[in-house]
Amino acid sequence: MLFYVFGAIAIVTSLLVIGQRNPVYSVLLLIASFGALSGLYVLLDAPFAAVIQIIVYAGAIMVLFLFVVMLLNAPHEDTEYDERVHPLLRPGPMRFGAALAVALIVELGWALTRRADAGAFPSASVSSVDAIGRSLFTDYAFQFEVTSILILVAMVGAVVLARREGQG
Amino acid sequence: MTPLLVAQIVLTLFVFFMLLNSAAIMVYVERKVAALLQQRLGPYLVGPKGLLQPLADVIKLMFKEELRPKAADAFLFALAPIISATCAFAAFSVVPFGADTTLFGWIPAALRLQVAEVNVAILVVFAIASMSVYGIVLAGWSSNSKYSLLGGLRSSAQMISYELSYGLALAGVLVIGNSLSLRELVDGQAGTWFGFVPRWYLFLQPVGFLIYMIAGIAETNRAPFDFPEAEQELVAGYHTEYSSMSFAMFFLAEYINMVTVSAVATDLFLGGWHGPFLPESLGWIWFLLKVSAILFFYVWMRWTLPRYRYDQLMAFGWKVLLPLAVVNLLVTAAGVLYFSA
Repeated sequence: MLFYVFGAIAIVTSLLVIGQRNPVYSVLLLIASFGALSGLYVLLDAPFAAVIQIIVYAGAIMVLFLFVVMLLNAPHEDTEYDERVHPLLRPGPMRFGAALAVALIVELGWALTRRADAGAFPSASVSSVDAIGRSLFTDYAFQFEVTSILILVAMVGAVVLARREGQG
Repeated sequence: MTPLLVAQIVLTLFVFFMLLNSAAIMVYVERKVAALLQQRLGPYLVGPKGLLQPLADVIKLMFKEELRPKAADAFLFALAPIISATCAFAAFSVVPFGADTTLFGWIPAALRLQVAEVNVAILVVFAIASMSVYGIVLAGWSSNSKYSLLGGLRSSAQMISYELSYGLALAGVLVIGNSLSLRELVDGQAGTWFGFVPRWYLFLQPVGFLIYMIAGIAETNRAPFDFPEAEQELVAGYHTEYSSMSFAMFFLAEYINMVTVSAVATDLFLGGWHGPFLPESLGWIWFLLKVSAILFFYVWMRWTLPRYRYDQLMAFGWKVLLPLAVVNLLVTAAGVLYFSA
């Protein structure tokens, strides 16, 4: 039952994200959808993934998104287009967006009507913190290191970009 | 409705009520201790020794007019103090404050003195602390005033910077304690060495404790890290435009965050509810004493040290505290490996 509650919240908030005029509301609704996803992780018996989702995604990354949206003072969405023309025939971004929406609906339909071949799901052995740590540092050590270097590159790039001209 | 369930519900309500009380008590303690440190009297008119002063404050706050700037975003303006207060209360929900007790035989099974037992309890505290940044950011932005916006952005930048050192200091304790559950970490500190030195992680992780307390003070925006709400600098920072109960909710959130940081510090570094001379079931008395000591330390710090300027604050967090926390974690991990090999 809780699955339906969290799933409904996740779907509704995600859809509302793109339907808001005010970008700050979009960011907040996205955070709410991450909260619902975190609840789903808990239901899947992965409390560590749930908490890490909140800490990293909803608690750090989205704060930065919020800063950017607030500081750039993003204007409200204005809707100036001819409403009588079908979305797929409107020029430019609207056509691209409409085509993407059609593709997404087709894909969703395909995914939902497939027979779910549910294999055996290893539960506690995979999702405990101990197991995650072990596999992260042994089997996936290379990917882990590459990810840290990627983050380092992003940080160095941010510092370089934010530096003003002529400062040592 | 088994007696245990009833007891747990009562415990939840009791914890909520006590947190509210603790905020009121902290208001009084802060004013009295501040006064005594500054060689004056503090509140002494309302009630004996001024003990009813918090009550007078609450009544005043309830009767004040609730204002909202005309250009403020109404929904977010109302939501921000709610987020702050909710996260403050929620963070305490996984903190254990005593051993299992049967309430002297009234209930058949043992009642955990903790609202919710989660096996990743430390991370939950940390996660909810990261969510409370949103209350401040939204308060600052939605007030539509330059003092609020600056205060809100500075405060949230400070909080997310010090969260890193906070987490790494916690990680040092996790390496030693080998568990993420707060209850198990406290139980690992039972007993003594040589018969009189308690097995607190404070003695195994002194640097970690220092980092944790400094980061905790910065997280809760208390002096000497309270630049974002400094009265002399920024009017009142992110809660400039708030009045009456919304302001009270921010205040409440700040004091309860202080209590949570102190409670987690007690659980992790000071042995929680273990202490001499008292039976295990009365361990919560030790817990209260230790938390009170840390809270007194908080107030003492505020009225003793001058405030950090914002750039000094951020430089300290990133250039001093974070490397120190990383080195602490490395040394701790090396030590654990060496001594258990």
